[in-house]
Amino acid sequence: MLPGVAYFLLFHYGALVGNVIAFKEYVPFDGLWGSPWVGSGNFRRMFEDEAFWDAVLNTLWIAVLQLVFYFPVPLGLALLLHTLTWSSVRRFVQSVAYLPHFISWVIVVALFQQVLGDTGLLNSGLSGAGLHTVDIIGDPDAFKPLVVAQVIWKDAGWGTIIFLAALAQVDEQQYEAAAIDGAGPWRRFWHVTLPAIRPVVVLLLIMRLGDILSVGFEQMLLQRDAVGPEAAEVIDTFVYHQGIVGGDYGFAAAAGLFKGLVGALLVYAANKVAHRLGEQGVYR
Amino acid sequence: MSASARPGWMEKPRPLTQAAKALALTAVVLLVCVPFLVIVSTSLASTQEVVDNGGWVLWPTEPTLDAYRDIFDGGIVTHALGVSAGVTIAGTLLSLACTVTLAYALSRPGVFGGKPVLLLVLFTFLFPPGMIPSFLLVKELGLLDSYASLVLPVLVNVFNLVVLRGFFQSIPEELYEAARLDGAGDWRVLVSVVLPLSKAALAVVGLFYAVAYWNSWFYASLYLESDHWPLQQVLRTYVVAGAGLTDATTGEATVTAPQTVQMAVLVIATVPILLVYPFLQKYFTKGVLTGAVKS
Repeated sequence: MLPGVAYFLLFHYGALVGNVIAFKEYVPFDGLWGSPWVGSGNFRRMFEDEAFWDAVLNTLWIAVLQLVFYFPVPLGLALLLHTLTWSSVRRFVQSVAYLPHFISWVIVVALFQQVLGDTGLLNSGLSGAGLHTVDIIGDPDAFKPLVVAQVIWKDAGWGTIIFLAALAQVDEQQYEAAAIDGAGPWRRFWHVTLPAIRPVVVLLLIMRLGDILSVGFEQMLLQRDAVGPEAAEVIDTFVYHQGIVGGDYGFAAAAGLFKGLVGALLVYAANKVAHRLGEQGVYR
Repeated sequence: MSASARPGWMEKPRPLTQAAKALALTAVVLLVCVPFLVIVSTSLASTQEVVDNGGWVLWPTEPTLDAYRDIFDGGIVTHALGVSAGVTIAGTLLSLACTVTLAYALSRPGVFGGKPVLLLVLFTFLFPPGMIPSFLLVKELGLLDSYASLVLPVLVNVFNLVVLRGFFQSIPEELYEAARLDGAGDWRVLVSVVLPLSKAALAVVGLFYAVAYWNSWFYASLYLESDHWPLQQVLRTYVVAGAGLTDATTGEATVTAPQTVQMAVLVIATVPILLVYPFLQKYFTKGVLTGAVKS
């Protein structure tokens, strides 16, 4: 037990305490503790910084797009897989669909470059057919749909696991009883399947909401150079570029702390709402 | 369940529905498989064929291992491969050891301090410390440019911990009691009773750790000098960002690596995942669910 506890104390709580840097002006020579206090100066600067608000806006945009276009995909795929009665086909599709989850973002981005980049598979095909080529990877306007497509490719299959688990727990007899009572496939779906997975859907929505200000740090960082910060800067990459690259540690930590606080607040609020609606939520 | 068992009450779906389903499933499989096929094919093609084809090859006419030979001559990829393998193996073992001991302690009722420690751990999930403080901590601990900086800051993963704890809790209490009556201490119980019963969960959690270490590049870019880089960071620099490959022995920067070489690096970074995947895949659902359902 001790090594694990020591790890959490040092690298989580130790680092958590390090957030005091958000109220300081970091001077490398003086270190974390010797640096001078600046009160809420970093926060005031942050709220007046246009680039920060642009990053917040980008983050929210991508989060909303993911919620609308990504979130339903694993659910739909799970429902589809669940209706398969041929279990060897089902297992094969599952194995293939889970796989991209284990591929690193570096490789995923490289794969997308190869398929959609200006010299990639798609454009070779287009120019071969005498059509105009499209630059999807380098186009700032295409960036947001692109990153959502990447998330779907990488994690939609993996996301089915939890829905499939919920579906597997539905008592087979409920379906049978409903069928004998004359309920067709749609009625059975509506009255047996949906109520069974509702708690899981709510749970995942809450967790997603708490995480809404984190939208794939590595994914954005890898592709930010191709389309520029206007399209690709999110809060996490803002923190990275201000702090690690720019050396403005106090300011960057303030932005990070802001993100953490808002995230925790959102989970709390979403959980409250879930309880109101009579759901279990993440915790009680 | 047998290969194709439709319960008696379920009606046969209409042909149109069946066709739509088959189409959707085929699309899923192709969307995953085709990109990999293109990468592997291109890495095996000759540079000339790639140029003739305009950048990519779906099926090489004369497969050659030239690209791979170039890579292993160069030095930088070989070295990075060694770093990645070393960090992955050492990191996975260390992480497993720490996670197993902590998960075991937290799974037993009445352990001194169990409840507060559990809350302490779960809270970190809700409120992560943030990138800048973590970076400064690693810096102040003097871990910059050491391989330990890739392992220690991510030693225990809360999700993995919860999965293992859930699995340990699902072991029948009678087994613990029997071992106790035989005079076994905590270590004995853990090693000879709990661990042999938890192979599925250990395999899954071990895989998660291994994949995370193998795939990690951001910490390397943050904490390490370029001559210590693991494979993913090399991949990022030379393939995604398209920088020129530097010869590790001469230090001379060459022109951007040819497409075939870039794709070969990609293949090398992916292959280990594809190799362990089939062996562990059967444990996923079982291992993940016991933990996830309880959390």
